[in-house]
Amino acid sequence: MNKEKEVIYGLYDDEEILLSAVKQARADHLDIMDVYTPFPVHGLDHAMGMEESRLHIAGFVYGAIGTLTAFLFMTWVFTRDWPIIFGGKPYWSVPAFIPITFELTVLFSAIGMTVTFFTICGLAPGRTNPTLDDRITDDKFCLAFDASDSGEDVRDGLRNFLSSTGASEVNLKTI
Amino acid sequence: MSVVVSPIREPLIEGGKTYHQITEDICSPTEKAPNLAWIIAFTLSTIFLGVFVFTVAWTIYFGIGTWNLNRTIGWGWDITNFVWWIGIGHAGTLISAILLLFRQRWRTGVNRAAEAMTIFAVMCAGQFPLIHMGRLWLGFFIFPYPNTRGPLWVNFNSPLLWDVFAISTYLTVSLLFWYSGLVPDLATIRDRSKGIRRKIYNAFSFGWTGSAKHWQRFESLALVLAGLSTPLVLSVHTIVSFDFATSVIPGWHTTIFPPYFVAGAIFSGFAMVQTLMVITRKVLKLEEYVTLQHIDSMNKVILLTGTIVGVAYLTELFIAWYSGYLYEQYAFYNRVLGPYWWSYVGMMACNVLSPQVFWSRKIRRSVVWTFVMSIFVNIGMWFERFVIIATTLARDYIPSSWSYYVPSWVEIGIFLGTMGLFFTLFLFFTRVAPVIAVAEVKAILKAGGDQYIGPNATHQHHTHGEVKTGAH
Repeated sequence: MNKEKEVIYGLYDDEEILLSAVKQARADHLDIMDVYTPFPVHGLDHAMGMEESRLHIAGFVYGAIGTLTAFLFMTWVFTRDWPIIFGGKPYWSVPAFIPITFELTVLFSAIGMTVTFFTICGLAPGRTNPTLDDRITDDKFCLAFDASDSGEDVRDGLRNFLSSTGASEVNLKTI
Repeated sequence: MSVVVSPIREPLIEGGKTYHQITEDICSPTEKAPNLAWIIAFTLSTIFLGVFVFTVAWTIYFGIGTWNLNRTIGWGWDITNFVWWIGIGHAGTLISAILLLFRQRWRTGVNRAAEAMTIFAVMCAGQFPLIHMGRLWLGFFIFPYPNTRGPLWVNFNSPLLWDVFAISTYLTVSLLFWYSGLVPDLATIRDRSKGIRRKIYNAFSFGWTGSAKHWQRFESLALVLAGLSTPLVLSVHTIVSFDFATSVIPGWHTTIFPPYFVAGAIFSGFAMVQTLMVITRKVLKLEEYVTLQHIDSMNKVILLTGTIVGVAYLTELFIAWYSGYLYEQYAFYNRVLGPYWWSYVGMMACNVLSPQVFWSRKIRRSVVWTFVMSIFVNIGMWFERFVIIATTLARDYIPSSWSYYVPSWVEIGIFLGTMGLFFTLFLFFTRVAPVIAVAEVKAILKAGGDQYIGPNATHQHHTHGEVKTGAH
């Protein structure tokens, strides 16, 4: 695990107030540690200057692997390993391979993407990640700054920033 | 949040909910002791589950000779039930995936329960091909694994094998889609609880924090899984219909089967969603989240798909006559007027005629009508599968092998038993997980809450220099 961090965070009551606070923080060149919300807030990733997720590219690659696995495997079985004639059709009866090829494409892509998603997010069964406040999964919107290496004046500045942008609570927590 | 909502849209969340109130309303049923209605329902379901275990054990011990299948009619209630359950599953994927792609906000009220229904229905469906094998312990033969018999591979050209891949993929993908959506909501329950309960929910919520980056990836995952599930769900029932359509049996060998099966699947699935949600919203007091507006929308889908299957039935009859092919003509004559005429009548009455009452807005918005109709549709769709399977097989090419089939008590027991399995799982689910997607409902609150839109709106929306919501 990473070393402990001292985090100064503000809890906002509404996602619109949070969004303008995030925009303000960016304009003020404050280094946002993370933003935690109870549901996906639209426009938040742009406001934080976050890059587009590349998860869907991974999904495409996994799907392509599934397509090739299914199609090449069936081709190998029916033309090389054990060719059998079914219903007078050619050994390499491509149209009949399509359903399974399609299913495995979807299966590989879905499993691969889901596993990748949980892995890169650091989520796993039984895993405990530090959280700042229990109400973040309920109705609070949290903007957090890492203040581990900051002096008291910087910390005061962050506290002031949070309360002036409309945070209903400002706290310091070591996680 | 800047949202554009048409002024004619009706609210999807009633009662002027706050975010906290949504959490409270949806999570609290999992935190309280179950009420009497739940206990009675759960007891009944487990009794039927017991019937399932008993009849399946009986089948496995004595063999499928305990069923009344014969040489002519090799597929009876077992495959009928299989197709019926698979079809029921389709509505869950339709609601969660296709309506997500179409950006239908009303899906958030019902998608979680509908996806759970999908998974449980597919689990019930999967029982039938397995026990129909007779020798269940050789069930792994259906998978292409390297074996010591050559290796002798499975027949990749057979629709029955396509079914194996389609159903197992469908179950897996539905499960992933459902569970990944459930993780943030389980974290909500985790953060509300203490002690051992918190530990359990912590394990199941994977350490979710609600970080912005995680949400961004979460949405990307949901969108791609929806994009994958959409053709998947269409492929599953298409492949199920191939079990019949690629055969050379008159009455089965038709190109209309894939679209007609898919429409029928969505039709029966929505009916089952209605059956479940009408009860669930009442028992768990979630009427403000699953509103009459939701019920109305689903009834419209039932009306549309019911009419599609109606057109398909008539098309089949016309094509049979027009084909000029004696055996095809006889197959359909036999369907309508043969020994199983009563099941054709049941199918037509329940699937085609009865949903037409939903042209009336008043009936679409009546909970009682909806519930009764949903039962009718479930019965009708079961009849449809029975008509296709048993009726067609009962009269084959040689009159000397014509037969009639009545299920044995074992077959009836297995079917009722899968109901027990299904409802046991569903009732268990309502106790341990939020039956409505909490985070998703919160995300549409400002676009669907009755304090923001509709006639009683009190909040004028402040948006960031963009279009205002239609609170007129």
